[in-house]
Amino acid sequence: MRWGVVTFPGSNDDRDALRVVARVLGDDGVALWHKDRDLGGVECVILPGGFSYGDYLRCGAMAKFSPIMAAVVEHARAGGLVLGICNGFQILCEAGLLPGALVRNRSLSFVCDVVTIRVETTATPFTHGCRPGDLLSMPIKHGEGCYVADEATLAELEARDQVVFRYVDQAGRVVPEANPNGSLGNVAGVCNAGRNVLGLMPHPEHAAERLVGGEDGLKLFHSARAWLRREPQGDRTEAPVPEP
Amino acid sequence: MPGLLARVYVTPKRGILDPQGKAVEQSLHALGFGEVSDVTVGKYVEMRVGETPRETADARVRQMCERLLANGVIEDYRVELVPERG
Repeated sequence: MRWGVVTFPGSNDDRDALRVVARVLGDDGVALWHKDRDLGGVECVILPGGFSYGDYLRCGAMAKFSPIMAAVVEHARAGGLVLGICNGFQILCEAGLLPGALVRNRSLSFVCDVVTIRVETTATPFTHGCRPGDLLSMPIKHGEGCYVADEATLAELEARDQVVFRYVDQAGRVVPEANPNGSLGNVAGVCNAGRNVLGLMPHPEHAAERLVGGEDGLKLFHSARAWLRREPQGDRTEAPVPEP
Repeated sequence: MPGLLARVYVTPKRGILDPQGKAVEQSLHALGFGEVSDVTVGKYVEMRVGETPRETADARVRQMCERLLANGVIEDYRVELVPERG
């Protein structure tokens, strides 16, 4: 499979994402530059974590106007896979590819921790290899990860099964103590209505090798790859997933 | 025609979580300013927009707000245009 990882000025998890797709998965990893105008034929674009454009004005506000973003939007509109991690999630919200926005953590503190997130829906290319309710352990590291949206948008997200991950305690319960940033509804990740664009604050690319503490993040990468190859998954639910 | 100065105030939308405003409010209370409530913290952007007719300038600055300066999901904005001081 061919993955692309975009480097914006200030991205800092781009190399880590490339390492996972190229060295851990053994796939093709294409380094994309923010000034590129095409995606080089990649099947999944990753917008990595970091501090694009110094987080000036708002996180992701400048990056959405990078030349490459026109191609990313076009790819997404055509049903191509897009994964936004941390700053990448913020950029996708700013660009209007995902609903809602990410604001300053309720605590006002930067948070660096390992969290447990629960798979809320397996009807996305990135989670169809999981079981509903699976608990994944991943690191977070962000100052602006508090997911907000107006009530109508939130209700729509819930109704359309677009909340993909929630912060939970180790028993899998959605409790305030498990919420690291104050996100509404403990939301850790959402997808678009077409289900091909996913954004999340936790870092699957930093949970992809045992050496660094766990490999739960790999499930997202494996899912996407299997979905593109149309491989059946053992515990796949019957919920619809968009065709490639 | 005198040049114009645009003053843009970007503030958190009502009902959207404003942890900064909350924290500042708590600090003000702790300092003895108990009369304070509904504190919000926003951004102030100032720019010269040159010798543009006021209506055009207003429309263009609003476009800037919609496209970049404010995020309509979480923020409101207000624009003031004042004559540039020599």
